[in-house]
Amino acid sequence: MGYPYSHEKEVPILSKYFGDPEARTLDGWKARGGYQALKKALEMTPEQVIDTVKDSGLRGRGGAGFPTGLKWSFMPKDKTKAHYLLCNADESEPGTFKDRELLRWVPHLLIEGCAIAAYAMGAEHIYIYCRGEFFEATQVLGRAVEDAYEDGILGEDAMGSGQKIDLTVHVGAGAYICGEETGLMSSLEGRRGEPRVKPPFPAAVGAFGMPTTINNVETLCAVPPIIENGGEWYRQWGTEKSPGTKLFCVSGHVNRPGNYELPLGFPLKDLIHDVCGGIPEGRALKAVIPGGSSVPLLSAEECETCALSYEGVVEAGSMLGCASVIVMDESTDIVHQVMRMASFYAHESCGQCTPCREGTAWVTKILRRIEDGRGTEEDLDTLIELTDQMTGTTICVLSDSVSPPVQSSIAKFKDEYLALIRRGERMGVT
Amino acid sequence: MADNGQSPDSVSLTIDGNEITVPQGTTLLQAAQGMGTEVPHYCYHPGLSSPAMCRLCLVEVEGAPKLLPSCTTTVAPDQVVHTSSEKAHRMRTGVLEFYLVNHPLDCPICDQSGECELQDYVFEEGREHGRGREPKRVFGRDDFGGDVLFYGDRCVMCTRCVRFLNEMENNPLLSVVERGNRSVIDTFFDSGLEDAEWAGNVVDICPVGALVSKDFLHKARAWDLDHTPSICHSCSQGCNIDLHTRDNLVHRMKPRHNHSVNGHWICDYGRGRYESLNRGDRLDAPVVRDGGHTTAMGWNEALEAVVDRLEGTDGGVKAVVSPSWSNEDLGGVANFVAALGGGDVFYRSAKGEEAPLPGFEGLARREDLAPNTRGAELLGFERVGDAAGSGGLERLADHKGVILVLGDSLPDAPEDFGAAAKAVIYLGAHTSAALGSASFSLPVTTFAEQEGTFTNHDGRVQRFWPALDAPGASRPAWLILGATVAALKGGDGPRSADQAFQLLGQRVAAYEGITYEDVNHSGAVINETVTVTGD
Repeated sequence: MGYPYSHEKEVPILSKYFGDPEARTLDGWKARGGYQALKKALEMTPEQVIDTVKDSGLRGRGGAGFPTGLKWSFMPKDKTKAHYLLCNADESEPGTFKDRELLRWVPHLLIEGCAIAAYAMGAEHIYIYCRGEFFEATQVLGRAVEDAYEDGILGEDAMGSGQKIDLTVHVGAGAYICGEETGLMSSLEGRRGEPRVKPPFPAAVGAFGMPTTINNVETLCAVPPIIENGGEWYRQWGTEKSPGTKLFCVSGHVNRPGNYELPLGFPLKDLIHDVCGGIPEGRALKAVIPGGSSVPLLSAEECETCALSYEGVVEAGSMLGCASVIVMDESTDIVHQVMRMASFYAHESCGQCTPCREGTAWVTKILRRIEDGRGTEEDLDTLIELTDQMTGTTICVLSDSVSPPVQSSIAKFKDEYLALIRRGERMGVT
Repeated sequence: MADNGQSPDSVSLTIDGNEITVPQGTTLLQAAQGMGTEVPHYCYHPGLSSPAMCRLCLVEVEGAPKLLPSCTTTVAPDQVVHTSSEKAHRMRTGVLEFYLVNHPLDCPICDQSGECELQDYVFEEGREHGRGREPKRVFGRDDFGGDVLFYGDRCVMCTRCVRFLNEMENNPLLSVVERGNRSVIDTFFDSGLEDAEWAGNVVDICPVGALVSKDFLHKARAWDLDHTPSICHSCSQGCNIDLHTRDNLVHRMKPRHNHSVNGHWICDYGRGRYESLNRGDRLDAPVVRDGGHTTAMGWNEALEAVVDRLEGTDGGVKAVVSPSWSNEDLGGVANFVAALGGGDVFYRSAKGEEAPLPGFEGLARREDLAPNTRGAELLGFERVGDAAGSGGLERLADHKGVILVLGDSLPDAPEDFGAAAKAVIYLGAHTSAALGSASFSLPVTTFAEQEGTFTNHDGRVQRFWPALDAPGASRPAWLILGATVAALKGGDGPRSADQAFQLLGQRVAAYEGITYEDVNHSGAVINETVTVTGD
């Protein structure tokens, strides 16, 4: 069941109990078959758990799509140092709202997934780093964690297995950059939320200097069903390279925006026109951002053939990211939208690396000037060069994220820039 | 250096076409530095941690998908590194352009101009013309307290200052506030750096004109200053410094790197005391007092008068010396005393509280607030007086022989000081009320005007060089004393500081065999098991 709307083409695995308040309670969750996967996992060896996840082909849902089982296997096996599992619930990519719903509706699914992952990696402590603005979600999750402790699911002797599994919910203070894994670690430790240089990678030196794995909420939520049903079962959905289901956050110009759980590889065209009920007032599609604000825009033609899998979106010329589909119809002023994205990055840059600190703000200023009708055609070349200079030169990829919207919009919607520059006309504004 | 045997501790790699072998764990930046290639950098400082955030030191490493920060990337076997390939150069040009987006380009009124790394790097690799058409972000100026003034607009956000206070002083008084291009260095409290004891170093390590010294503000242009290697004279730590001079005045004191003594750092106390080297109340001609008459005269006549008076004296010598004078000068006193049949030499030194720099082991402002107490000790001189550096003069009060005073103007001396003495000889740099009635006032140079050595608390002999011209007829004390002894006993006195130091080696075993070449710029440890006494 999607939320707030649902559709028959959905495959509700994670979102099955969205909108069902009973599922939030421990008893309600158990009645729905909850914590069976954890029980099963605790009877397996950690290697078997990791192998099952590897078999499923589950890929990280935070945006990068890195194979989860492989990531887990990077954790050192020797236990001379404490191991940590961090759950990244600092969901802040513009257009993304899937983790919030998972936290709100199925907190026990997340706790279960975390506990399984912690067991598999020998992590003695789990931190769930929640976005500061997630007031309700944090409360729901906090209550669920308390219940799980009380019931002995978490704690010294998790489910009577003799394993110690501890979990702390940490609330951030509301900075986008704290969703970057090393920035999250810095923030968790009480420092400024500033990403760190890799190497060393978190699996070697992570939170508090200890081996650490960071997983997205949705990734960890996908783990219990996989453990319960096996890796092969999960592969019945999706494609060879992108198995399973994924929550798609659809926003913008569609009749029924919301979260939809669909098998990976689902056609973008159908998502917009069928699942989401098409574009309001019969207007024409102009562009789609398929994976959150850091990926290139797709033009209406590119959307026609795009399949929503990791590889399918790359083929169409963009990236799946965290599957935050922002739909823009013909009434959209692309230059303004790109300016808004750039100004978001300028606002959220941590300010460590020079290309990002200065570049994001500079790009925003140029876009604002173009929007005000005081741009020149050379500005477009400057924008492309600046975003090139900002790509691949910084500690994290926030700086790189400015380039896709700017460059793709200039490549695909140059007319709109030129209309502003030459005639002071905004296109698309109705 | 290219090598055959790769030992497990060393790594061979190629940088810019040159094969080199360096110890394992060396960073690419250090390895390049070792072969004389300076990779531009801001946030890296050899004395601090490397956050790799300025993104200026990125270099191309074959096989790596992205450019890598050379300040944190360590060498790997058979790595092929290009520090100035087309890709690396283009990237640096781009990063430098970003640095100038909000920089005010106020070089004509900036104190850092001429020693500014932003100027240097942009001149080398920056774009010829800027593309910025947008209004610049403005922070303005902020008084950080102490001697530190902050020009926010010039800042390149390298955070060296923040890290210095965190890592070296263990006192996080500065921080980055805000984020993105609104981020700026700021203090937490109104007192700012007021209570810091080492904050002046943030001015030194600031690569641009963001942190400047209030004391030095608009006093001189960097390119007009002469730099002379010297030793700080404010305590017995013996920090290596450069004296920056112009028009025969010291304008500022900067630390000179010496890993065995002070690293890259000096304390604010020492830094602020350079002004004593510019004092105007100098003795500038030998003055001889005979009966009620004082007569200024040339050196030949003056020394003749001294020798006349001294010939045939007995009763020995009692001397008071200042431990701010060089080993050579103090050695001259020892020779003089011996030539006149022996006696006692005393020294007095003010004491303060020891103030360590926690992040750099072995560096502190020492208790003894004079540079050469150890040198005086090694000569067997006796410490008298109290922690204020006064008192103890009763040991000389009734002396009937010769009283010699070197450097110490005896502000606390009684009015009738030396009344019973056969002669009072004052070798001083500054006029002294107490010694106005001395039989001989002979002007000597300070350490800043002569060549010589100090021995620090740790037993390290360190050289300094003349930074200023000596006023009037003043001469080094070792020269005057040597000539006097020669006139009394025959032979030749030392003709150079080097010779004076060799003479010292004959007298004090700790210096035996040590030459000026050994000491040179980084010092030499004296011949004995050195015990750190902590003062």
